Amino acid sequence: MKALVAVKRVVDANVKVRVKPDNSGVDLTNVKMSINPFCEIAVEEAVRLKEKGTVSEIVVVSIGPKEAQEQIRSSMALGADRGILVEADDSQLGALEVAKILKGVVDAEQPQLILLGKQAIDDDSNQVGQMLGALLGAGQGTFASEVKVEGDKVQVTREIDGGLQTVELVLPAIITTDLRLNEPRYAALPNIMKARKKPLDTKSPADYGVSPATKLKTVKVEAPAERKAGVQVKSVDELVDKLKNEAKVI
Amino acid sequence: MSILVIAEHDNKALNGATLNVVAAAQKIGGDITVLVAGSGAQAVADQAAKVAGVSKVLLADDAAYANQLAENVAKLVASIGAGYTHILAASTTTGKNVLPRAAALLDVSMITDIIAVEGPKTFKRPIYAGNAIATVESGESVVVATVRGTAFDAVASEGGSAAVEAVASTGDAGISKFVSEEIVKSERPELTAARIVVSGGRGVGSGENYHTVLDPLADKLGAAQGASRAAVDAGFVPNDMQVGQTGKIVAPDLYIAVGISGAIQHLAGMKESKVIVAINKDEEAPINTVADYWLVGDLNTVVPELVSKI
Repeated sequence: MKALVAVKRVVDANVKVRVKPDNSGVDLTNVKMSINPFCEIAVEEAVRLKEKGTVSEIVVVSIGPKEAQEQIRSSMALGADRGILVEADDSQLGALEVAKILKGVVDAEQPQLILLGKQAIDDDSNQVGQMLGALLGAGQGTFASEVKVEGDKVQVTREIDGGLQTVELVLPAIITTDLRLNEPRYAALPNIMKARKKPLDTKSPADYGVSPATKLKTVKVEAPAERKAGVQVKSVDELVDKLKNEAKVI
Repeated sequence: MSILVIAEHDNKALNGATLNVVAAAQKIGGDITVLVAGSGAQAVADQAAKVAGVSKVLLADDAAYANQLAENVAKLVASIGAGYTHILAASTTTGKNVLPRAAALLDVSMITDIIAVEGPKTFKRPIYAGNAIATVESGESVVVATVRGTAFDAVASEGGSAAVEAVASTGDAGISKFVSEEIVKSERPELTAARIVVSGGRGVGSGENYHTVLDPLADKLGAAQGASRAAVDAGFVPNDMQVGQTGKIVAPDLYIAVGISGAIQHLAGMKESKVIVAINKDEEAPINTVADYWLVGDLNTVVPELVSKI
């Protein structure tokens, strides 16, 4: 079966971002960009399913600026077969628009499994997979920590607030990955070289009949309130005293 | 303004998170209706009817809603929701699973994790792991949003007297099935609602040591227990105890971080706590930058001493 994996180019997880002085957004000039960690887990899962013989072809799609090609190439270096870049201005795209473009890609590619990360670490929305499920009328296994394909169904173990839940979905289905699903491999140099030769198509949102114009307007972006500087205590006695008499929390 | 709040529950009792969502709904202002979708969930509807500020409760009782499968519940929410100006749910795994699906069925954008109401259509929400706060204005006819519980004080669970009205089920979508559930049992307070949280990180060394060192402290303080991602990934404790951007968001009166370095990911889940205490052997640990009090020392001796002196 064919698997489609959606990946997003985001600021690297280890970067501490700064808000622009004019409050228009976060300053991303000269900041290291990477593949969103949850998306990387989605790619890894697809590759593992291919290694098991369940999946025969992995198509990676990214929606974003031209530079998102790098994230598609990285996914190919991990084992994806082919890439599609839908070139669009990120700032105009909300989760709904992304889901609509992905629906267009799914309609064209007809994958049985659609893998996404559970959330992007920049907008922290946690919406696209669920929205895509709605648009396709397909089942959704969100926050997956285990995926088992059995015939024309897939069993997904999900991380929920109280523990774990397992659901069974009819294929084609959407899976969004949680951190514990797997540990992504590193791309080996020969695979990085090979990935350069793999096919990568470039499309636009218009090719899928979507106009990228979100109805959510970001009015301003501010830095969170600073916490006042704390103090180092030298002993347990001092700590207990501070908690009892200064902070009055115990 | 007419607001539909999706109740969070286990078919027996209303989850406290719903009370925080009703509080956010009151800030928006208008009529508040609570939708209880469940199986044999009359008791939940009765509880929801008593919640202060609720004017009506809708009960959709069907086996299809027994396990809150998104495919079935979102269909119901979308069919009922079109008549409301706002649809809100808690930012729990259930809310985050169901609501975006319902929003897409209604063909509207959604706002995740609101932490403040600035106007009927304007909200604040954290982005970049809480390192920036965005003010977002929705241009949609129906505002769909999940609410971060710790940002709104819960309304009273008693005092209301709303009418309960049955609504028809939209049935089983037939594309998903509940198989099984593994719920972690605990005598301690629920992590997201606790007044005090004691969390352990990689520094506690092992699952055994996590319990040896931290259980007595949590017991003494009547605290809930949490963990960093490193502690969960190392298998010390189950994943539902993880505090952070990708785990639970907590804002207790007192958060005690033991053996936690304080990665951006973890701070996103706890830096709204009123008082933060860090116990760490590393003087340079990033957790110290958000801590009100930090103590540098070996947690294996410091924590037992702390237990004996509280």
